[in-house]
Order: sequence, then C-alpha cells, then structure tokens
Amino acid sequence: MELLSGADMVVRSLADEGVEYIYGYPGGALLHVYDALFRQDKVTHILVRHEQAATHMADGYARATGKPGVVLVTSGPGATNTITGIATAYMDSIPMVILSGQVPSDFIGTDMFQETDMIGVSRPIVKHSFLVKKAEDIPETIRKAFYLAQTGRPGPVVVDLPKDITNINDKYEYKYPEKVKIRSYNPPQKGHTGQTRKAVELLLKARRPVIYSGGGVILGHASEQLTRLAKKLNMPVTNTLMGLGAYPGSDRQFLGMPGMHGSYAANLAMHHSDLILAVGARFDDRVTNSTEKFCPSAKIIHIDIDPASISKTVTADVPIVGPVAPVLEEMNRMVEDSGRLPDQDALGNWWKQIDDWRESRGGLFGYDRGNGETIKPQQVIETLYEVTRDSDPFITSDVGQHQMFAAQYFRFDKPNRWINSGGLGTMGFGFPAAMGVKLSFPDSPVACVTGEGSIQMNIQELSTCLQYDLGVKIINLNNQALGMVRQWQDMQYNSRYSHSYMESLPDFVKLVESYGHVGIRVERPEELRPALERAFALKDRLVFLDVNVDPGEHVYPMHIKDGSMRDMWLSKTERT
Amino acid sequence: MRRIISVLVENEPGALSRIVGLFSQRNYNIETLTVAPTEDATLSRLTITTAGKPQVIEQITKQLNKLIDVVKLVDLTEGTHVERELMLIKVRASGAMRAEVKRSADIFRGQIVDVTSSVYTIQLTGTSDKLDAFIEAIGAASVLEVVRSGVTGMARGEKVLSL
Ligand SMILES: Cc1ncc(C[n+]2csc(CCOP(=O)(O)OP(=O)(O)O)c2C)c(N)n1
Ligand SMILES: [Mg+2]
Repeated sequence: MELLSGADMVVRSLADEGVEYIYGYPGGALLHVYDALFRQDKVTHILVRHEQAATHMADGYARATGKPGVVLVTSGPGATNTITGIATAYMDSIPMVILSGQVPSDFIGTDMFQETDMIGVSRPIVKHSFLVKKAEDIPETIRKAFYLAQTGRPGPVVVDLPKDITNINDKYEYKYPEKVKIRSYNPPQKGHTGQTRKAVELLLKARRPVIYSGGGVILGHASEQLTRLAKKLNMPVTNTLMGLGAYPGSDRQFLGMPGMHGSYAANLAMHHSDLILAVGARFDDRVTNSTEKFCPSAKIIHIDIDPASISKTVTADVPIVGPVAPVLEEMNRMVEDSGRLPDQDALGNWWKQIDDWRESRGGLFGYDRGNGETIKPQQVIETLYEVTRDSDPFITSDVGQHQMFAAQYFRFDKPNRWINSGGLGTMGFGFPAAMGVKLSFPDSPVACVTGEGSIQMNIQELSTCLQYDLGVKIINLNNQALGMVRQWQDMQYNSRYSHSYMESLPDFVKLVESYGHVGIRVERPEELRPALERAFALKDRLVFLDVNVDPGEHVYPMHIKDGSMRDMWLSKTERT
Repeated sequence: MRRIISVLVENEPGALSRIVGLFSQRNYNIETLTVAPTEDATLSRLTITTAGKPQVIEQITKQLNKLIDVVKLVDLTEGTHVERELMLIKVRASGAMRAEVKRSADIFRGQIVDVTSSVYTIQLTGTSDKLDAFIEAIGAASVLEVVRSGVTGMARGEKVLSL
C-alpha cells in the first residue's frame, strides 16, 4: 500500500474522486495542502481573488455539469468568506464540497490566530459537515462528503481540516474507498407505486391540469421524462425560476415561469387549475403568493426527493417521496399502459382559455417598447437570445430586475443552461458562476446578465479571468440604480429612493480594459445588436457590455402582496 | 399540542448541536431535552418535548430525520407510552413545617435524599404534571431550589426504538 502524508491524501482523494477543478485561496492553515497541490498535476487549482467567488465558481460548475463543485480555503477569514456562497448553494440544493483549513487540533478553542469555528458557523447552511480528527480518516471523510453532497437532495458539505493532520512529514497508508455507507442516511431510490398510480388516476381525470416543475427536475436529471409526460398528456407546463429549461422554453405548451414575476398565463392557469402536478418544486413564497389563497380549486400531486419539502407550506393531496426521474418514468409507463387520455373536450377548452390569456397579453411577457430612443432592458435580453440561441449558450445572472428580465425573456430549451441564485438571491453570484461554467465549457458561449450594483460585488474576479483566459461575456444592464429596490420604493414608499441609487460608478469600459479585457459601451438601441454580435464573435475574450438601459423600467407582472396567484400588477397603472 | 420525540443519534461530536440548532434555526420550541449514550456506545438517545400545531410537529420530525446524524426517531405521543421526569427539590423544613413536608413527600412517593436541621432535599420522579403538583403542594414560599432532568420515556409494550 502507498504511504502518503495528510496533505497528499487530501489532494489524491480529490483526484481519485474524479475532481478536475478546485477553486480556492491559500493561507497558513492550508500551506501543507497547497504544497501537495504543487507536487501533482491531476487536479487543477484555480486561484480566485476572493473566497466568495470560489464558492460561486464551484456552484456555477455544479449547476452546469451536475457534478459537485469543490472549494479550498484557509481557516478564519478564508472560511468565513465562503459563507454567502455556501448559503447560496444550500438554498438551491447544489452539490458542493468545501475543504477548509483549521488551526491545529490542540489549539482548537483557544482563539488562536485565524481560528473560527467553521463547523459551527456553517452549521445551518450545510447538508452536513465533518471535522477530521486523524490523518488516516481523510480519504474516507472526503469520500463521504462527496457521497452526501450529490445523493438524495444535494447540498454543500464542509470538511474542516486541522493543520496538524495535513503535515507533510508523517505518512500513512492511503486507500480511497470505493464505496461508503452511512447507516443513518438512506435517500429514497424510487417512489411509492401505489401513490404514483393514484397520481396517474388524477392526471387522467383532470380537466384543467398544470405541471409546475422546479429545480428538482434539473437536479434530478428528469427533463426528458417530464417533457415526455407533458407531451403525451398535452398539459400546460410552467417552470419555476430554478427550473427554467427543464421543459423547452420555446415550446407551445410552455407558459413561462409562475410566481411573483411570472407570466400572466402561468399565474392564471395555476390559479384556475383543478390539478397541479408539482415536480421538484417547493411552493416557495415567491411562487405561491398567499398560501391561504393558493389555487383554490386544485388538487395537488407533489413529487419530491425530500419528504420535508412536501406539505411544508401547501398541503399535498397525493405526496410522492422519491427521485423525480424514476417516478416520472413510472408515471409515463402507467399512462401508456392505461391506453387512456384525459377528457379531450375539457382539455381543449382549457387550452383555449390559456391561449386567450396568452394572446390578451401579446405573448407570455410583454413590455412597452417606448419611443426607440432609450434601450429597454427587456430588449437587451430578447436580442441576446436572438444572437446566441443557435450556439447553445449558458446564461448566468445576478440578482435584481435584470435577473427577472433574463428569466422572462430568454427561452431556455435545455436544462442546466440557466444559472442563477434563486433561493438566497445573492448579488455577486453571476460573474463567478459564469467563470466556473466557462472553465468547463470553453467552447460554449457563456454570458452573465448583471446590473451595475451586482457586478461590483465580485468585480475583482476580472483579474482571475485574465489569469485563466476565461472569455465570459458580461452584459451589464446599467440602469444606474439598485433597480429592484427602487421598484419596490416606487410601488410602496412613494418613490422615496432611500439608498437605492448608484452614485460614483466606475467607467466600466476603462476598468475592464485595465485588466486587459474588452469593454463596449452601448448607448443607443441601434448599437445593441452589433455590439452583442461583436462580443460573441470575440470568442476567447472577456467582453464587458455596459448597456445604458431605461432607468425607469419596472418588472411586470408583479404579484400583489397577500393576494392569490392571479392578483398581479401588469404595468405601472394596470392590475388584474 | 405537547409532544415527546425520542431520537437515536450517532454518538458523534457536533450531533447534539445540530439538533438543538435545528430547533432555533427553524423557530421550533424545545421545552425539555435529555440526552445520554445508550447501551450501544455508538448511539445516543435524546428525548425532546415540544409543542406545536400538527403541521409544525410533522416538519420537526421530517427535519430531524433529514439530519445525517439522526438514525431513527419516534413521536412517543402518537401511541401509549411511559414518561418520567426526575426532580431534586430543596425545601425549607423547620419547626412545624418539617413534618408537613415529610408527609407531602411520602404522599408523592418522594425520597428525602439529604437532610440538614432546616432543609430537606427531596428526590421525586413521575410525569411532569406530578412534579408540578408537588411544587404546588409544598408552596412556593418553602421551595429553595429546584432542578429537573427533563422528560424521558419509551413506548409501552413490544415497540422499541433501536437500530
Ligand atoms: C448580497 C445582496 N445584498 C442585497 C440584496 C438586495 N437586493 C436585491 S436586488 C438589489 C438591487 C440590485 O441592483 P442591480 O444589480 O443594479 O440590478 P437591477 O435591479 O438594477 O437590475 C438589491 C440591493 C441582495 N439580493 N443581495
Ligand atoms: Mg441596476
């Protein structure tokens, strides 16, 4: 058997786990591990400029590839800088393994230099965490961390490594376990057939059904099964913010996303439906509006791998605990075998109603195109879609109005292509997430839709992009304001703009140029398409498009607080 | 409604803090909590009493089950069960009160475990209600100090909580 030091075991375990990239930043508690990294070439380390960005890079990688992202940070400030990124991954159930350095075992608890209780600090935002006690435990612990991160409902797992156990002089027998078992952890492998049969009965009897599918369909690789079922039954489909792309966004049966900024058609269809098939969605408050008024005539089938997600905010009539792919597969089979279809007249009337809703708004989403003098943010997304749609792009976003415009106006036809922080709503997520994607998909276009507020939260990563030649495109919808905050201030605080404006903005073009990248300012509508085309033609370069957009624009529809799903503002003056 | 949840957890450092943390993080209340290793040294057993609407209790058990360290759990209040709490209570016992306190302790089947010329320390076990009733019977004015273990319990009959 091979003898390795603790530090070398950490790195070898990652290699044996099949990890290609780790994103990190060195420091005292990790010097042994960084030395081990230096002496090998299987795992590629990407040096970020701030540890938060390392977590978002890992997260972007995980969302695009479906594999866990890996982060390596030192103790104390290195570890605490990852907290926002870990919470972001936790809220969206993203598989991630965070290896953090820790002060030597004997000094834990003494307030030693750069000591924080990482296990304690991260406890509420991890799926699980380990403090490794002995070097010999490193391979098995790392194996367990990966196993936990990516099975069941995925999530981030922290592995805290005291410095003494990684020292490079003491060597131990190394063997990476092929399998690990955790007796208290048995995620479901399939659904309950009886429940699934009940659900199929309801589906076949439904007169006004809607499929409401969420991020779980993407995490559970069930897009194909979902699409097949929806097509077979000719049912309308909505995908949540987290689930966009799970069902093809350009398909006729797609109603757009539901919820606070969801489409008129999706929100009305859900409100009036008699059956909701919820798949890997969690009835988030940003979808349901008031839960008491939620979909008054609908029966609810809820498929989720996490039993705690079922009947948490909205009670399910037919709960099915299990991984979404095999459950949907079984549903497809049962529907096929039954030889039945739902009442076609009822379904026809339902579609007619939905088409009326859709047409009455001129499509899924619509906006006032203005006088052609100012660039509308929605128009930027529409043009971005037209320019990139044939090249299978990845789109990440930050948080704010620009995020909602991207979710509304970009049509995602495939899963894992739309990458945003849905649950935590983390400004600063989009750019490093795009970098994580670009690293693994160097030949695909990767664009980050952002705002001048959000981009400044991780702008230091322009330097990392220079170092690793990451040709991401940054589409900055510059409205010179914290637009989403200002929208709420317009609607609820009589336009008292308390700290929602962005003064002293840098000259973004000069800024990115100073890092050796390409900056393009876009001020007039007619400049937009050529600028986007140029940006994507410069394949290997980071291009920053600073687009001056109409600062007065609001995101609509918008749910009216405490109402039902059909209660919406449709424009500044019009409501349902 | 009051509930008693028994939980088997891995006897690992950090396991207890995850459980207690879950309660504060998700705004559930803990009325009492007892914990000790079991006859199998790799496991600890916790007993938690809590109160809440049925949906909240359902969430508590689901969220507890989700913790990786939690091996198994049961809501004892769903079936018939035995529950006990232990109390040590220090009571003023001088003059005429001395005999009175002794009599009350006997009625409640308490044991006097420590004696001074003016103080009795009484050990009492039973349901939480019984312990409350004893304190009331003694009268707040005579009570010097109280310590209670929190509730522990198990299901009646054949039903067991084990691996
Ligand atoms: C880290 C963080 N801080 C604060 C917020 C609250 N917030 C949500 S949207 C928003 C404004 C974002 O401004 P910008 O990036 O310019 O986007 P815009 O809405 O203008 O498109 C703020 C401050 C947040 N989501 N994340
Ligand atoms: Mg802005």
